[in-house]
Amino acid sequence: MLLMTVALSIDRLVKRYGKLTALNEISFSVEAGQVTALLGPNGAGKTTLFQILTGLFVADSGQVSILGIDIAKEPVAALKQLGIVFQQSALDPDLTAHQNLIFHGGLHGLSRKDATARADKWLKTFGLSDVSRKPCRQLSGGMKRRVELARALMTDPALLFLDEPTQGLDPKSRKELVETVFALARDRGLSVVWATHLVGEVVNADTIIVLDHGHIVGKGTSPELLIQTKVNSLEDAFLALTEQRHEGHAA
Amino acid sequence: MIRWLIALDSVVRRDTLRFFKQTSRLVSAIVRPALWLLVFAAGFQNVLGVSITPPYETYIPYDVYMAPGLLGMVLLFQGMQSSLSLVFDREVGLLRLLLTSPFPRAYLLFVKLIAGTILGVLQAIVFLGVARLAGVDIPNSAFMTVIPALVIGGFTLASLGLLLSVYVKRLENYAGAMNFVIFPSFFFSTALYPLWKIAESGALWIVYIAQLNPFTSVVEMIRFAMYGQIDWRSVLITFLVGTVAFMIAARGYDPQRGVLGRKSQE
Repeated sequence: MLLMTVALSIDRLVKRYGKLTALNEISFSVEAGQVTALLGPNGAGKTTLFQILTGLFVADSGQVSILGIDIAKEPVAALKQLGIVFQQSALDPDLTAHQNLIFHGGLHGLSRKDATARADKWLKTFGLSDVSRKPCRQLSGGMKRRVELARALMTDPALLFLDEPTQGLDPKSRKELVETVFALARDRGLSVVWATHLVGEVVNADTIIVLDHGHIVGKGTSPELLIQTKVNSLEDAFLALTEQRHEGHAA
Repeated sequence: MIRWLIALDSVVRRDTLRFFKQTSRLVSAIVRPALWLLVFAAGFQNVLGVSITPPYETYIPYDVYMAPGLLGMVLLFQGMQSSLSLVFDREVGLLRLLLTSPFPRAYLLFVKLIAGTILGVLQAIVFLGVARLAGVDIPNSAFMTVIPALVIGGFTLASLGLLLSVYVKRLENYAGAMNFVIFPSFFFSTALYPLWKIAESGALWIVYIAQLNPFTSVVEMIRFAMYGQIDWRSVLITFLVGTVAFMIAARGYDPQRGVLGRKSQE
């Protein structure tokens, strides 16, 4: 029964690049239907963690389970459960938004008919029907991100990974994207892991995990982190948690 | 099983679509070997005499000798283009998308290889038609008998391209790397002149390199296949080189063991 409610479980994850320890004994879990924010400054280890969660890299030790499936042992079964939006845009600029989605559907084994129906549905959901036949290089940054979100969702994932998805977006597009993702989690029971260094994006997350230099330095809801750090804003709490660690190192 | 075929179809369609959208690539794929055929062969027609050597049963004009080498060139360029497309995919982030698809990684790379091979074979057949129109004496049966050789040759050269893409990470480094592969492969082979002709000139070191060069096997395999014959030695070497190159490349892309897994942000 416990397995049914845990979408993602990370246990004592370690990743080193030579002498640099990018992730040091990271452990946390994500409940089904919740939005979990991975908040950390640049170099905190968010992208490395993401690459391990998506099977691109393998951890030196520790375990990652997606809906109870160990990604190191059964990567194909685990990857079937995921929708991913990478930090760097991953669209073929020469193909249209529609063609990009059909291509992705094929990579997940969806028949052309099924992929077309899903692509049409999700592009419409994100207000992209009018531009769906334009090459992606002609779309704005905000549109491209929405295309990527539509693509990640078209395979009906149980768990959505977003790695700094608002990077390069203007404030309006950023706000829209944040609202869309939170609405999806609320309405569809989608589990979301959102990595970012922008505090304002994840204030409403169910759990915020503050990562710094490969360590978890804080964990809880937004109000819990405020109490823990005795400050008035999440931004101050974030700074306090990350600076605390630097001071600890200096001492 | 159907899922696997759908993924294969998806990658082949996408690579084909990209190929036909890139007009300059489409044109150069045919114009490049055609220029070699029309200019080089015309220039050397009377300089390089080609005597009777298998698979030829009589004296042949130089353009006939050169045609299999140019088919090999088409496959060689396509093989390198396939790897360039992987480097491009890495730069635009699409490689991550491919590698995070729910299929074994080796299969995903194999699918890319198949896509590159299909494109190479199609271009080679079109070029064969162009050569025929240009007056090169090519038997009708060659259009059929050469296909298996083109498939094996295309697979091997695409595998070598895949291997190159493991180690060349950036597009700006790729032109140099391609020159290091394409031109030595082409010139140190039997594509332009038979080995005995080189040996006759005293450049034995070129003969030795050419014998070791897998591209020589690709060209000879195609040459024999055009006349409905099988040069087993060339077939085996070509297939073996292609398989080994693919296995090393797949290992390179393996997150547990490969060079990609040891680097961050790649």
